Amino acid sequence: MRKFIFLIYVCLFVFNWGKAWSLIEVDITRGNLNPLPLAVSPLSVDQNSKDKFKDLLKLEDIGIEISKVVENNLRQSGLFNPLDPKAFLQKPDIAHVKPRFEDWALIKAQALITGEVKIVDEKLRVEFRLWDVLAGKEIMALAFTTVSENWRRVGHIITDKVYQRLTGEKGYFDTRIIYVAEEGLKTSRIKKLAIMDQDGFNTKYLTLGNELVLTPRFNPTNQMVTYLSYFKNLPRVYLLDIETGIQEVVGDFPGMTFAPRFSPDGKKIIMSFAKDGNSDIYTMDLESREVEKITNHPSIDTSPSYSPDGKYICFNSDRSGYQQIYVMRSDGSKVKRISFGNGLYGTPVWSPRGDLIAFTKLHKGKFYIGVMRTDGTGERLLTENYYQEAPSWSPNGRVLIFYRETKSDSAGKGFSAKLWSIDLTGYNERMVKTETDASDPSWSSLLTD
Amino acid sequence: MSLNKIFRNTLLVFFASILLSACAVKTTGKMQGDVYTGKDTVEYLASGVPDRVFFATNETVLTTASRETLRKQASWLRKNSKINVVLEGHADERGTREYNLALGERRANAAKDYLMTYGISGNRISVISYGKERPVDSGSNPLAWSKNRRSVTVKAN
Repeated sequence: MRKFIFLIYVCLFVFNWGKAWSLIEVDITRGNLNPLPLAVSPLSVDQNSKDKFKDLLKLEDIGIEISKVVENNLRQSGLFNPLDPKAFLQKPDIAHVKPRFEDWALIKAQALITGEVKIVDEKLRVEFRLWDVLAGKEIMALAFTTVSENWRRVGHIITDKVYQRLTGEKGYFDTRIIYVAEEGLKTSRIKKLAIMDQDGFNTKYLTLGNELVLTPRFNPTNQMVTYLSYFKNLPRVYLLDIETGIQEVVGDFPGMTFAPRFSPDGKKIIMSFAKDGNSDIYTMDLESREVEKITNHPSIDTSPSYSPDGKYICFNSDRSGYQQIYVMRSDGSKVKRISFGNGLYGTPVWSPRGDLIAFTKLHKGKFYIGVMRTDGTGERLLTENYYQEAPSWSPNGRVLIFYRETKSDSAGKGFSAKLWSIDLTGYNERMVKTETDASDPSWSSLLTD
Repeated sequence: MSLNKIFRNTLLVFFASILLSACAVKTTGKMQGDVYTGKDTVEYLASGVPDRVFFATNETVLTTASRETLRKQASWLRKNSKINVVLEGHADERGTREYNLALGERRANAAKDYLMTYGISGNRISVISYGKERPVDSGSNPLAWSKNRRSVTVKAN
């Protein structure tokens, strides 16, 4: 009998112990059909701060607004299921100090985010905590201060920290997307460079639409953009400083330069230069202005993209007769074809994790966004559509953003161009909100690391 | 060349043209293979001198009709030696943007090279590619795409 009681005791202990350590974990390597239910409690704000923020930012309750940013980010990720705040029983200020875990468990929340916003020396100070509801303990606490206009970024930074704590990988929420905003008829489309937060807010237009602009890409520090502009009807690669607005043409090429990207150290621009019907890949060192020819082949060589260590370049070439993907050393040696499936392959982009190359594939009149290993094996098509191309990686290499166009009749009716994103798993396909039609998206790196 | 051979060649050409015209009729009457043969979008540099040539999907090869058009352009350019031209190369919307920029450049250069073999100085010809950015027909159908795969000769002065 005594032995029996002992056994029960051990069992209970093990159960409790198991429960206490059943820290929440989210697996992001597979499609997630059961997103983790969590509660984002509105950040609490004292009356004085609330009034000041109202003056400054014209927001009724900044605490609620920031928590909405977090909630939306988590929902869009497809990995989390933020619960309806109407079901929350505990007040934000009390929850932030001492959550009543039974209440949160009752609404099936497995994790809880609480916080507090204050105005301190005219700046926004935020403090937030992440709680494991089942284990009944705090698993993360952080505080930081920023200028109040950055209040949306506060929500993004909180999301990044929560995402990292629960998935074990860096987030991608405090980031921006640069893209081409499109308007007007298909035959005379007006295109402008535009930049926005990853969630579609804070859109700014960087060019006026007087000349055609295409394919903008960030440098690693997100301060510069390289893109193609038809300024004075001379299609050339340009460099734009986002802060100062200063633009300059890259190099002095006697013909069209296009398909630019930065090297991973930000010191070079790699691009195509077309002359006499032949496009080859070149680099230009931004400091020394030295130009180097990387490929030398009578076929079309374009869409170059560096591996994150800068040692290799993947690119698009039709030297086999059709568009295929190739990999070479960054000095142009050891060129090797890696795409061998049916159809045409274009727009290769090396993943920031280094292990995959994303691409566009055209096969039997359909367009696919897919990924393959850097040696060409393991091809996986993530999405099929009438027209889509130009994937760009999220900084953590878990999500791809690309653009999609719809069919139109001869009057151009029915045509649209929109940004879409999809997880590397092939799940969680979503349209990304933009003010206008949009194409050529490029994802920044994390703004704060 | 023996008479026999000439006869055989003539016969071959004859059958080939029957076959091709049958093809054209079978599609839309405005395409041969998938090269546009109609006149809907064509403008004229001068009477009888069409301004543009058309290409097959993913191709930069000049067709027989294209070469004829370019010969007319060359003879018009020889007569009007003060006129310079820009060749604008285009692609259809069924390709990736960057590759299509290169393809448009290659198409315009195919036209330029041909004009040059007919004695037009390269100094009088400049080339620009618009890739898929400036279609003439907004439609998403094979006929519209065939009109958009083109090189257009435009007066520069």
